[in-house]
Amino acid sequence: MASRFLCLYFPYLLANQLYVRKPNLAKGPLAIVKPEQGRRVVHAVNAEAVAAGIKPGCHVADAQALVPELGLVDYQAGKEERLLTAIGHWCIGYSPQVAINPPDSMMLNITGCSHLWGGEQAYIQALLNILKEKGYELKAAIADTQAAAWAVAHFADTAMVIAPGQHSHALAGLPLSALRLEENLLQRFYKLGFKNIASVLNISRQVLRRRFGEDFLLKLGKALGTVAEPFMALKEQVPYQERLPCLEPLRTAKAIAIAIERLLEALCYRLDKEGKGIRKATLSCYRVDGKLQQLHIGTHQATVHVVHLLKLYALRIAELRPGLGIELFVLDAVAVEDLEAKQERLWIQDADQGLQALSELLDRLAVRMGRNAIQRYLPQQHYWPERSVKTASDLRDEELVQWQLLRPRPIHLIARPLPIEVSAPIPDYPPMLFKLNGELHQISKADGPERIEREWWLEAGEHRDYYQVEDQNGKRYWIFRLGHYDVAQQVQWFLHGYFA
Amino acid sequence: MGAATAKKEQIAHLQAQIWHMQGLKPALHGQDCIRGLEAIAKAFPNSIFPVGALHEFLNFVPEHAAATQGFIAGILQQLMRKGHACIWIAEQHELFPPALAAFGADPSRVIFLHLKHSKDILWACEEALKCEGIAAVVVEIGTLDMVISRRLQLAVEKSGVTGFILRTQAKGLSTTMAAARWQISPLPSIAENGLPGVGHPHWQVDLLKVRNGKPGRWEVMWEAQAFKVLEKKAVKVKEAIILKTG
Repeated sequence: MASRFLCLYFPYLLANQLYVRKPNLAKGPLAIVKPEQGRRVVHAVNAEAVAAGIKPGCHVADAQALVPELGLVDYQAGKEERLLTAIGHWCIGYSPQVAINPPDSMMLNITGCSHLWGGEQAYIQALLNILKEKGYELKAAIADTQAAAWAVAHFADTAMVIAPGQHSHALAGLPLSALRLEENLLQRFYKLGFKNIASVLNISRQVLRRRFGEDFLLKLGKALGTVAEPFMALKEQVPYQERLPCLEPLRTAKAIAIAIERLLEALCYRLDKEGKGIRKATLSCYRVDGKLQQLHIGTHQATVHVVHLLKLYALRIAELRPGLGIELFVLDAVAVEDLEAKQERLWIQDADQGLQALSELLDRLAVRMGRNAIQRYLPQQHYWPERSVKTASDLRDEELVQWQLLRPRPIHLIARPLPIEVSAPIPDYPPMLFKLNGELHQISKADGPERIEREWWLEAGEHRDYYQVEDQNGKRYWIFRLGHYDVAQQVQWFLHGYFA
Repeated sequence: MGAATAKKEQIAHLQAQIWHMQGLKPALHGQDCIRGLEAIAKAFPNSIFPVGALHEFLNFVPEHAAATQGFIAGILQQLMRKGHACIWIAEQHELFPPALAAFGADPSRVIFLHLKHSKDILWACEEALKCEGIAAVVVEIGTLDMVISRRLQLAVEKSGVTGFILRTQAKGLSTTMAAARWQISPLPSIAENGLPGVGHPHWQVDLLKVRNGKPGRWEVMWEAQAFKVLEKKAVKVKEAIILKTG
């Protein structure tokens, strides 16, 4: 079966996309501008600007002289490619093989596809209608070779379907620039009086090779179909997903567990081959009555361990309400990460297994208790006690600063300091006694003060003078006075922690 | 005569096996005994500080809780020496991680679990005790009964993880499967060379109950990153205390 190619040509790709994005952008001539050698140059235009005589490549100043009300938008590098890739992925619905040709066209290998739409004419119309409805102006052509389709799409006026074997006729009338020749070669042809492709078709190959080089013959051959042209198809991103339809709807926990195990096995096999592991997964259960039930799990490190993942789901199966039965299970790996090479972790010297077992334990706990229940703390460079630790976001986080050991810190820190009544006879001395919950504590030993200033760039307030004190029974406390000692007004004292 | 000796030997052998199953075996991740606490280890059968076992600590006021946490942090230092993690389960976040560093335990290797309901705490505790990849599990909980402690004991017998249970409620103090019941209370600190100010942490360590061992009382100090049992006769705990605490 002869190959058939469809070329889609977007003459105003960037401008069209701009109007798709911002529908209330002022209509009228528009130019997309990029800086080039110290000057602002028109990179792309829309149809109105072309009608006004502005071409890509001219300077903005010249363009504005022609059309004073010209709208200007800055160009983002690589935009066309991203846009064409996105459209290309969408086009995979029309043909499994799509290639992009930045900056303005794309190629579909439609061999064996068009009959599904009832012929090539209907196929091309269907595709054009949808893209035009979305807001893109485009031209298209179907031909036997990629180069011919490209040439016809760019240089013919309407959407054209070149019948099989007819592409050399169609090419004959087109100008030589339809062969994607370089500018200086093109100029040579014009100088010699060659205007269209037909005029070179009758000249012998030897002469053409001698005069215009091998490269020209190659391009001509690609257009005529005598030389094969490679097709660089976009790679489809297959989601990490597994489906399991059930002939009989499932209702029991055991059956559901078996279904999940099958899905996990298939998914983990594929992930393992690609060197990836699951961080987050979602199980969607479609019930007979059309209701959808979902279970989400997360792990602390990327894993493809089926037994472990199954355990995580087993903890949650009881939450499912199968109703009359579940007829379709879909398992999605929502977040995947590269599987960590089995390497020695810094803080588990013993074995990788230690971390593995720990991580699996934490996953089980997180599934049941929620991820927020699990915390790990790392030091932070703050003296203010409440801010001296931060929560680690990951099991693999290492401390960036050392734990500070110079100053005494209580083992039990009270989240909100408790106000206490004290009697402190001399300013800036530790108190002689304090009263807590009605109980009097005689202070026999004390260390301090350790002044900790409030971090003014974070919050306003007074500093704290901390004392480590011990009462007559040997109980040790961390107390502080807020602000300076003041005779005129009562100073406030607080209990902030207990020492071991 | 010979038969009697053989019988005795066999019984001793079987007893050792039972002890081994109950967690009185050389530590998996640390050295054989907690350094500095050799004097206390003598109270346990075989003179081994039971590592793969449950330890129950009584603390009903925050001051005692702080002393207990300090004492446990000192033990954790040795259990976590090989780089294993520890899991600390509590209702709310009260423990101040930097203080663990003062007792030599690396706070960044302690994973905290803050859970609201005691049912969740016990479930998490059992799961954690079953996990062989960790050094110890510390759990702060109101009460503990025989059935639950039996479950936890079975978990540690398999995994060899050390479990520390900090009981915070005085009422309903029943018998449990724990290898030991401790009470740590603060004593006036001892400063070096009679210097003024607060000195090294100093505790009274009461072993109220020891499975197959003898209870006792010691004075322990934390000095230079190690425990130090003070040279004082191990005071025998009064029978009355034992009776009162069940």
